[in-house]
Amino acid sequence: MATAYSPTNFVNPLSINTRSHDKPLFDPLKTTTSFLGSTHKLRPTSLQFNQPDTHRRSAVVAVSDVVKEKKVKSSSNLLITKEEGLELYEDMILGRAFEDMCAQMYYRGKMFGFVHLYNGQEAVSTGFIRLLKKEDSVVSTYRDHVHALSKGVPAREVMSELFGRTTGCCRGQGGSMHMFSKEHNLLGGFAFIGEGIPVATGAAFSSKYRREVLKEADCDHVTLAFFGDGTCNNGQFFECLNMAALWKLPIVFVVENNLWAIGMSHLRATSDPQIYKKGPAFGMPGVHVDGMDVLKVREVAQEAIGRARRGEGPTLVECETYRFRGHSLADPDELRDPDEKARYAARDPITALKKHLIESKLASEAELKAIEKKIEEVVEDAVEFADASPHPARSQLLENVFADPKGFGIGPDGRYRCEDPKFTEGTAHV
Amino acid sequence: MAAIFQGIGAATALSPTPSNFFDSKKLLLPSRRSLSGRKASFVVVRSDGSTNFGSGSRSQKAQKLITNAVATKPDSAASTSASKPGHELLLFEALREGLEEEMDRDPNVCVMGEDVGHYGGSYKVTRGLATKYGDLRVLDTPIAENSFTGMGIGAAMTGLRPIVEGMNMGFLLLAFNQISNNCGMLHYTSGGQFKIPIVIRGPGGVGRQLGAEHSQRLESYFQSIPGIQMVACSTPYNAKGLMKAAIRSDNPVILFEHVLLYNLKERIPDEEYICNLEEAEMVRPGEHVTILTYSRMRYHVMQAAKTLVNKGYDPEVIDIRSLKPFDLHTIGNSIKKTHRVLIVEECMRTGGIGASLTAAITENFHDYLDAPIVCLSSQDVPTPYAGTLEEWTVVQPAQIVTAVEQLCQ
Repeated sequence: MATAYSPTNFVNPLSINTRSHDKPLFDPLKTTTSFLGSTHKLRPTSLQFNQPDTHRRSAVVAVSDVVKEKKVKSSSNLLITKEEGLELYEDMILGRAFEDMCAQMYYRGKMFGFVHLYNGQEAVSTGFIRLLKKEDSVVSTYRDHVHALSKGVPAREVMSELFGRTTGCCRGQGGSMHMFSKEHNLLGGFAFIGEGIPVATGAAFSSKYRREVLKEADCDHVTLAFFGDGTCNNGQFFECLNMAALWKLPIVFVVENNLWAIGMSHLRATSDPQIYKKGPAFGMPGVHVDGMDVLKVREVAQEAIGRARRGEGPTLVECETYRFRGHSLADPDELRDPDEKARYAARDPITALKKHLIESKLASEAELKAIEKKIEEVVEDAVEFADASPHPARSQLLENVFADPKGFGIGPDGRYRCEDPKFTEGTAHV
Repeated sequence: MAAIFQGIGAATALSPTPSNFFDSKKLLLPSRRSLSGRKASFVVVRSDGSTNFGSGSRSQKAQKLITNAVATKPDSAASTSASKPGHELLLFEALREGLEEEMDRDPNVCVMGEDVGHYGGSYKVTRGLATKYGDLRVLDTPIAENSFTGMGIGAAMTGLRPIVEGMNMGFLLLAFNQISNNCGMLHYTSGGQFKIPIVIRGPGGVGRQLGAEHSQRLESYFQSIPGIQMVACSTPYNAKGLMKAAIRSDNPVILFEHVLLYNLKERIPDEEYICNLEEAEMVRPGEHVTILTYSRMRYHVMQAAKTLVNKGYDPEVIDIRSLKPFDLHTIGNSIKKTHRVLIVEECMRTGGIGASLTAAITENFHDYLDAPIVCLSSQDVPTPYAGTLEEWTVVQPAQIVTAVEQLCQ
């Protein structure tokens, strides 16, 4: 099984950071062989998907010398301990079960608005975020519940937020697309395409600043910026790749390429659909990885996060994945080809990990069942907790508009500078 | 970019020193990106801040312009004696001094923007700071407004206090998403968890024939974004004080500077001071009518005030300074005294600051008014290039005089 995971195809980008001119690794021909989204077909069909072996062998198309040398020496990164395996499994099950519960609660009228579920993409969140330290930052998108959970935000707080209750991680003021946790350094769900990437770049800049200006030598915090294939056609993506590479910021750009930007096929939207190739264009490694395989994602993540932590600069990682549900719960999902959906459903990352754990005797069926049971309880508890939590009071409305209430015209003594009743009524009561 | 030399050109008129074009020790600024093919191909900025512009015809224009802009600052213009307390500097130097003091005070304060570092800022507000603090604290960014503004926000969320410079305020339209969604709303949507102590600043307003895009008054666009504060500086004294206050504020603050005011000279205290971000400034106490203004229009108003005084009127002039929130305390007290309000602004007529101010005054002080509020704003046109058309776009002192006369009938 382990061999199936070993990446075989490497590309050295126009290597600015790495210097081994004696080893010409750059072979542009190899990059094009295995990418799912072939430019020749708008709906990549049978040919590629019926050849899982081909796909697997070349799932990681990469990267710098650094990565290559490491992998040539050993493929040990793919090996996990039992504890790690169970942790990954638990995190993925939590993501899946939580999102399924969200769908239920949405249809039951417990949560409203746009709710974007993560089903199918769990390997990316788990593969990356579980490798982080608490001080590391995560910047997410509107599809952010599972990133929050992986980063350690309690399911109770996320569910309460979705229910719009005061116990939510943002006191009910954020909602599905705006999950934040200062404690866990979740810098946000950002609801517009691409707007989180500059914020992530800023967080990475802070790390560098703290290390180099404030001389906090131990500050090696890394920021992960998650976004989708649609975002990769947005200016902020390119602008931030440039800045991150320019200043060698400790950031990893994680593309969750699920092939669809709502109803726009990635292949119809993008002149060159191989997103990872845009990394080398900016002087950073670009890696393509099978986003349906948590172990492969984890391996690439380890390398990319390590690079960032060592101060070697950013990496662009394209995780090819698929969402099992519509864009949001408001999306009837009638456009995507049922065959395509079925193909990816067959590659469910959770099923794959389960198979791997059992086949490699890392865990027994019973142990995995126990995890599933435990998570079921966690999610049930989250719903009960959220449901029992209070709705925000009227007095909460104007809190948190300004960090400093002077923004409302309130003086240092806590009273309005203008005490005219017309002014004070109906504005801020902080 | 084309706008850059405008403000410096204006300095010629203010500069007390005679022409001294070539001096290799002084900073030489080639207009390498000058778009308009101006005759002026070089500017000499002397270390004392005075500036000479390398074109006779432009200097004349600048001369004319500056009499318009700052004709009424008798107190500061006459100050020559070195024995007076405080020190004399230009507005852009005052901003720089405030910035430098705050950077000395707090290592988390940093600057980012286009050409803020090695070039020293398009209007020299950050001159020399990169040398003193290094390239990371004074960060030259690529031309990517939305992204570097967002980067400032991300940095602010994670403990820094960045000052983001819009090379020209108009360029910040390209950063509108970050300013609105993340600067303005993120503290709220995060349930108060993340603060965004950022300052966004830059030169705006109608300059001298800079064309429509470089002559924008963004305060009208920004004012309805929840969660941000806005201030406009108008003198070296308040420029420095507001800059320091904005940096220390935990709220995101947009500091509006005016392209034509950078070379105003004033004597300011040597000792440290900060201004209140939420407070209006009483420029001239009076009895007959309250004139509310801010930024460059303050000088048009003061010019008109001279005429008005000669005609027997006693106007009260208030520089509102805080564009959000309005200082309704000071404004209200004045209205309760004069019962008449004239608003003079450079902002757009429709949906501008004046419109909001009118609404706020009507809502809160209607009972004290003896006459309807009069609001003089810029015309709702893209600022034309031609000098005459441009002049008719913004409010001129004569219009202010007429308005007061009518209001006080």
